[in-house]
Amino acid sequence: MTLARWRFFLLVSGLIVVLVTAPAGAQNTPQVVNIYSARHYGAIEAAFTAFTEATGIEVRLSQGSAQSILERLRAEGDQTVADAIFTIDAGGLSLAAEEGLLQPVESEILDEAIPADLRDPENRWFAVSQRLRTIMYNPETVDPSELSTYAQLADPMWNDRLCLRPATHIYTISLVGGLIEELGEEAAEAIVAGWVANNPQYIDSDTRILETIAAGGCDVALTNHYYLATLLDQDPDFPVRLFWANQGEEESGVFRNVSGIGVTTAALNRDNAIKLIEWMATEGQAADVTGIPGGNYEYPVNPEAELNPIIETFGEFKIDPIPLNEYGRYQDMAVALLERTGYGF
Amino acid sequence: MSLVTRSLTTIARPLAPAAQGRGFRLPRRLPILPLLIAGVITLPILLLAAELLTPKLDLWAELWSTVLPRMLGNTLLLMAGVGAGTLVIGTGLAWLVTAHQFPGRAFFDRALLLPLAMPAFIMGFVFMSLFDYAGPVQTAWRSLFGRSAPFPDIHAGGGAIIVMTLVLYPYVYMLARSAFREQASVTLEAARALGCGQTRAFWRIAIPMARPSLAAGAALALMEAMTDFATVRFFSFPTISEGVVRLWEGRMDRVAATELASLLMILALALLLVERQLRGRARYHQQGGKGRRPVRIALKGRRAWGAFAICALVLFAAFVLPVGQLILWAISEIDGHVPGTWETVYGQYVGNTFALAGIAAVLTVGVALLLAHSGRIWKSRLVSGLTRLSTMGYALPGSVIAAGVLLTIAPVDHQLNDWFGTGLLLTGSIVGLMYAYVVRFMAVAHKSVESSMDKVKPSMDEAARTLGARPLDILRRIQAPLVANGVLAALILVFVDAMKELPATLLLRPFGMDTLGIWAYMLAAESFWQAASIPALTIVAVGLIPVIILMRTGDRA
Repeated sequence: MTLARWRFFLLVSGLIVVLVTAPAGAQNTPQVVNIYSARHYGAIEAAFTAFTEATGIEVRLSQGSAQSILERLRAEGDQTVADAIFTIDAGGLSLAAEEGLLQPVESEILDEAIPADLRDPENRWFAVSQRLRTIMYNPETVDPSELSTYAQLADPMWNDRLCLRPATHIYTISLVGGLIEELGEEAAEAIVAGWVANNPQYIDSDTRILETIAAGGCDVALTNHYYLATLLDQDPDFPVRLFWANQGEEESGVFRNVSGIGVTTAALNRDNAIKLIEWMATEGQAADVTGIPGGNYEYPVNPEAELNPIIETFGEFKIDPIPLNEYGRYQDMAVALLERTGYGF
Repeated sequence: MSLVTRSLTTIARPLAPAAQGRGFRLPRRLPILPLLIAGVITLPILLLAAELLTPKLDLWAELWSTVLPRMLGNTLLLMAGVGAGTLVIGTGLAWLVTAHQFPGRAFFDRALLLPLAMPAFIMGFVFMSLFDYAGPVQTAWRSLFGRSAPFPDIHAGGGAIIVMTLVLYPYVYMLARSAFREQASVTLEAARALGCGQTRAFWRIAIPMARPSLAAGAALALMEAMTDFATVRFFSFPTISEGVVRLWEGRMDRVAATELASLLMILALALLLVERQLRGRARYHQQGGKGRRPVRIALKGRRAWGAFAICALVLFAAFVLPVGQLILWAISEIDGHVPGTWETVYGQYVGNTFALAGIAAVLTVGVALLLAHSGRIWKSRLVSGLTRLSTMGYALPGSVIAAGVLLTIAPVDHQLNDWFGTGLLLTGSIVGLMYAYVVRFMAVAHKSVESSMDKVKPSMDEAARTLGARPLDILRRIQAPLVANGVLAALILVFVDAMKELPATLLLRPFGMDTLGIWAYMLAAESFWQAASIPALTIVAVGLIPVIILMRTGDRA
C-alpha cells in the first residue's frame, strides 16, 4: 500500500469510528431529556417546543410503537439512553412498570395535578391526556335513540352499516380488552362475533372511518373522540356526530385510554424527565397546540385545566372506572379473541 | 520469478495460485472470504432459526385454524399478481422502448425508471386515499352513476397488487432494457433477414436471451413484495410478512413472529430456486464487445400512438398521479402550517436518512463485490452455496432481521461493556442497523454486481490469470472497470431501498436517528396525509437523484 492509500484508509477508518461512537458520546449532554415515544408526530412538537422555551431543556424524541419501545428497553436494560417513555396506551406503561423498567417518582406537583385514578398506584407512570373510544354516526341515517352501547352494535340492524378498525390496531385490542374486563371473555366474544356477523368495513384509520361515514360508506363506527374534533376544526359542518357509549344507568361508561409517561429505571437525566412530566401535568395541560391534550383535542387529566371549545361541545359523560393498569392484562386474550371470531385484520 | 516461469506454472495448474513465494497469502483452496461473509451475514438468521428448534406446535395449530390460511393465500396471490404484473409491464415496456421508434420514445426510455424513487408504502397511502370509498374517485363515480353504482373493492387484494406492480416494475424494466440493449444487433438482424417478424423475434430471441435478467428483476420485485407489511396494511390485505409484524406488535411474541417468519423463509427459498431454474445454466456472452444497437422498428399511425399511450398511462399512474397528489397535500400543509411543528425536526430527518442510506449502500456493495468476485474465483458448490446463504436476507422481513441482529450483537455489546465500559457501543449506534441493512440488501447488490460480472467472459479472467494476475488484481483491474455500471446500479438500488426500509429501521435505529420513512409511515398510518406528504415528497425527491444518475449512465450503455 502506498502512503497516499494508507492516509485514505486511515481517514475512512477514522470517519467510521467517529460515526459509530458519536451517539454513545452524546449521552451525557446536560439539559436534555431523551424520550422513547409512541405518540405520532404532528401533535406534540409544539408542546415540546413550549416546554423547551419554558425550561431550556431540550426534548429528544425517538419514535416507535409501544411494543417496539418495550422490546428496545428490555434489550438495552440498564444501559438505555431513554429517560422516559411516552405511550398512547396504559397497557404498555403498566407492563413496563411491572417489568421494573420504570421507577417511582415522588412529586408534590404531580400528586396535586393528576388524580389518583390517572396514575400508577406506585407513581411509576402518569397519564397526561385522555382519549375516549366511542360511537360515531351519520345523523342523516341514524337516530341517536337507536344507539346505546358497544354491545348493541352487534345487533343485526347494523348489518352492512358498520365501520371498524382492524384487529391489528392497539385501539381495537384495548377496546376488546375493556369488554373482557367488563363482561368476561364469553360475553365479549359474543359481542365481537356479532360485530363480525354484521359484515363491517375494516378501515385502518380513525380519520378515514369518519370520512367514510361522511361519504355515506357506513352509518355507525367506533373511533376515538379526538379524530372527530380534528375534522370539526377543519370543517365545522363535518356531517358526523358523536355518541357517548354505555351511558345508561346500568352501564359503566365509555371506555377510556390515556397517553402517559414514565421515567425509566436507568434514566440518566432523571430530574429533567421529572420536570417534563410536571410541566405536562400543569402548564402543558393547555387546550391549544402548546398543550399535550390540546394539540390533539384530548381531554386533560388535570381537573383544573380548561377544555378545548370543540370537545366542550361533546358534552358531559361518564367514564368506565376500569383501573388503567388493568388494560394491559387482557391484551393477549383480546388478540386471541379477535382472531378466533374472524374479526378483520 | 520470471514471467515465463510463472506462466508455465499457471498453465500447468490453471486454477491454482500463480505468483509463488511473494510473502504471506491466504491459502487459495479454502474460500476464507466467502466463508467469513456468509458466516457474518447468516449468523442473525441462524440464531433466530435456533429458536425454532423448539417449535410451538399448539401455536401453529391455532394459527392454522384462525389467520394463517388467509395470510398464506394472500401472500401467494400477491406474489402471483405482482410477479405477472411486473414481468408483463417491465418486459413489455423495455421491449417497446429498445426495439421500436415512436413519439416520445427517448423520453419514456428514461422516465419509466422514475417510479424507482417511489416507496411502495407512499404509493399505497396515496392510492388508498384516492380510490377508497371516501376518496375523490369513488365520490365522483357515485355522483355520476348513483349511490349504489358498483366499484371494484380495492381491499380485496387488487389495490395492493396494482400499487406494488406499479412501484416494482422498474426492477424488471431496468434489467430487461439493458439486456435487450446488449443483445448483439447482428443476432436480431440475422433473425429478421431469415424472415422472422418482430413479434417472433421477441419471443424466440429477445426473451430467451434476456431470461437471466428478467428472472433477476422479477425475483427482486417479488422479494420486495413478500417482505412488505405497510402497503398491504393500508389495503387491509394481510400477508405473512404483515402477520410477523402483527404478532410482534400485537402480542409482543417474538417466538411466534419468528415461527411465522420461518414459513416466509421457506417461500423465499422456493422463489430463489425458481429464479435459479429460470436463469438456467446458460450464460450468454456477447462476443466481439458491444455491438451496435438493434435497429429500432419505426411504429406508424395508431400503433405509434398506442405505444405512446401505454407508456404515458404507466408513467402517469406510477409517478405523475401520486407525486401530483403529494404536492397538492404539501401545498395545503404548508399553507396551514403551525410554527414549531414539523420544521423543527425536518432537517435532522433528511440528514439521518441520507447518512444511513449512503453508508448502507457503500458497505453492502463493497461486501457484494467481494462475494461475487469470490464466486467467480472459486467455482465450487460450497462457494455458490455460501453465496446463496449470504443473499437470503432480502427475502426476510426487516423486523425478523432486526431481531436476529439484536440477538447477535446484544451479547457482544454487554461483553464489551463489561470489559471496557463502552455502554451500548453496537446496539446504541448505527452498527446494528447497518448490520441489518447489509443482511437485508445483500441480494439487491449481489444480483446487480453478479449479473454484470456474468457479462465479463470467463476467458478474460483466465487470460489474466495466465498472465499471472492475482485474484484481487483481476477484480480491480479487469472486472471492476467492466462491471462499473453494475456496481453503480447496485449502489443506487441499495441506497433507495435503505431509504424506503421501515421495520428494521424502526427497531434498530440509534437514539434520535429517526428517518423520513418512519416519519411518513407513522403519519400516513393515522391518515395525516397532508403532514405525511412533506417527508414522503422528500423521500421521492432524494430517491430521484440516484434515478436520474441511473438514467444518464443508462444512456451510455
